[in-house]
Amino acid sequence: MSVDAATVRRIAHLARIAVTHAEVPHLQGELNAILAFVEQLSEVNVDGVEPMTSVTPMDMKKRADVVNDGEIADAVVANAPAREDHFFVVPKVVE
Amino acid sequence: MTDLTSLTMAEARDGLARKTFTSVELTDAHLAAMERARALNAYVLETPEQARAMARDADAKIGKGEGGPLAGIPLGIKDLFATRDVRTTACSKILGDFKPPYESTVTTQLWRDGAVMLGKLNNDEFAMGSSNETSCFGPVVNPWRREGSDTKLVPGGSSGGSASAVAAGLCLGATGTDTGGSIRQPAAFTGIVGIKPTYGRCSRWGIVAFASSLDQAGPFARTVRDTAILLRSMAGHDPKDTTSVDRAVPDYEAAIGKSVKGLRIGIPKEYRLDGMPSEIDRLWSQGAEWLKAAGAELVEVSLPHTKYALPAYYIVAPAEASSNLARYDGVRYGARVDGNNIVEMYENTRASGFGAEVKRRVMIGTYVLSAGYYDAYYLRAQKVRTLIKKDFEDCFAQGVHAILTPATPSAAFGVGEKTGADPIEMYLNDIFTVTVNMAGLPGIAVPAGKDAQGLPLGLQLIGRPFDEETLFSLGEVIEQAAGHFTPSRWWE
Repeated sequence: MSVDAATVRRIAHLARIAVTHAEVPHLQGELNAILAFVEQLSEVNVDGVEPMTSVTPMDMKKRADVVNDGEIADAVVANAPAREDHFFVVPKVVE
Repeated sequence: MTDLTSLTMAEARDGLARKTFTSVELTDAHLAAMERARALNAYVLETPEQARAMARDADAKIGKGEGGPLAGIPLGIKDLFATRDVRTTACSKILGDFKPPYESTVTTQLWRDGAVMLGKLNNDEFAMGSSNETSCFGPVVNPWRREGSDTKLVPGGSSGGSASAVAAGLCLGATGTDTGGSIRQPAAFTGIVGIKPTYGRCSRWGIVAFASSLDQAGPFARTVRDTAILLRSMAGHDPKDTTSVDRAVPDYEAAIGKSVKGLRIGIPKEYRLDGMPSEIDRLWSQGAEWLKAAGAELVEVSLPHTKYALPAYYIVAPAEASSNLARYDGVRYGARVDGNNIVEMYENTRASGFGAEVKRRVMIGTYVLSAGYYDAYYLRAQKVRTLIKKDFEDCFAQGVHAILTPATPSAAFGVGEKTGADPIEMYLNDIFTVTVNMAGLPGIAVPAGKDAQGLPLGLQLIGRPFDEETLFSLGEVIEQAAGHFTPSRWWE
C-alpha cells in the first residue's frame, strides 16, 4: 500500500500537525518508503496467532480505589504556556 | 593523585569508602571534565550547584557510615527522565523549558542510594533515532575517531549523550532508555557497556514515553560490574507503573565472576546477514570462542522470524508514539504557537515543536491506527510480535541460557552520513537489537574489539526473562578477554 498526497494531508490533520504544500511530496516519499519496508509482513502466516497485548505474562495490577494525591493545583498548572489562576487558557472553543 | 574521571565506579566506591578522596573532589573532577568536553555536546544541561550539594551530603553520610550503595557516585541522566525542578525536554522543542514538579522513580532510587547528579544528557528527540542527530540541541559527537581522521562520528542513539559522556569520562555511569536498541547500539558505538533489562524490571514512571510496550530504562558504564551496580539501584517494583514487576531485585554484582561453565549459548543463524562486514563476523566468532574457553557450550539455534522484527517494530513503535505524543498540544506544558482557533493552535504548536523524525513517526503511527488500516498493519504487527517472542521461548525451552549476537551491523558512522532521503537506512542500525524489545527480554552490549579503522565494536548477549544475572556473568567473561576500550582525549 502507498499513500497519495491527499492521504498525507489527511493523516497530518488527524495527527494535528500543520503541513505546508511544499512539505507534502517530501513526507509522501518518506512515508511510502516506510510502508514499502513494512510490506514484507504480509508474507508471514499469522493464521490463528494471538496478537500480543502484554509482553510479560502478568495480570494488570489495580490500585486501591482511594484518593492518594491532590491539592497540588499550583504544580499542575506551573508549566502551562497560558493560565489564569488554576485554569489552562485555550482559544475560544464555544461560539 | 590519579585522574578521578578514569576510575571505574567500583574503584570510586572503594576510594570514597576508604576516604582516599571525597565525593566533592570526585564530583568537581567530573564537572571540570564536562567543561573541557563541551565540544562533544553530551550534556544539554549541567547542574554543578546541585551536584556539589548532593556530593557534600554524600560525604557527610559516608562520614557517619550511612552512605548508600551509590554514595557520592556522580552520574549523568538522560534528558528523558523527569528530574524535579530541573529542565527536562526529551531534547524536543515542544517541551520548551518544562520543569517537572516530580522526579522519575528510577532517578528517585538513584538519589535514595546516594548518587550525585551532574546534569542532563543529550538524546534523540523523544528517543527516536539511532545517531543522536534528531535532538533539538544538535548532534552528540562520539569520543572515538577513525585512526588518522578527525571526521566527527555519531555516538549512536537514542541515548547518545549518555554513551558519549560515559566513554569520555564525563560521569562514572549514566541512565539510558531502550525502545529498539537505544542503550545497546550507542554502548557498542562508544566502547562501553549498556544493558536493557527485562521489560517491567525498571519503573517507567516519570520517563517521557515513546512506545510504552517497548520502553525500558537501563544503565551505561565502562565495565560490566559497574552496570550491575547501577541496575540494582534502578530496578524494582513501583506501584505507579502497572507494568512494573513485583519481584525481588537480586544483588547483580554477585553474578560478576561467577562461572559460566556448562551454560548453553545459542548462536542464531538468522543473525548472519548477507553483506555483513567480515570484521563483525570475526568478532562474533571470537566472542563465541571466549565463552567456549570459559566452559560454556555453543549451540546453533534458529529464530525464524528475526527478519520481521524491524518492520513489525516500525508499526508498533510509531503507533504507540502517535498515541503517547498526543499529549503535546500546547495546553498544559511546553511550547505553544497560536492559531485562529484551537485546532490551528494544536497544529501549529506540533508543526513547530516536533522535529522531522518525530513528525514522520507520529504520522506513520496515526496512519496504521486509522480506520480501515488497523487490521492490516497494527493487528498483523502485534501477531508477528507474538511469533518473534515464541521464537525465543522455543529456543530457551531447549535449554539455552543466553544468546550471543553482534550488537550492531557496523561501527560508528559519520555525522550526517545516514540522514538522507530514505529513513530505512538509519532504521537498519537496530536490526540486531530490536528483536529483544519486541520479546521483552534483557540484552547487554559489551565491547569486544575494534574494526580496521580503530573503532570499537560490541557483542550482544540476550537472556531469559529476568535473568540479567547470567548476562552479567557472561558479559564479564567477554570483558576479561577483550579488555577495556578508552578513546584518546583529543577534545581536551
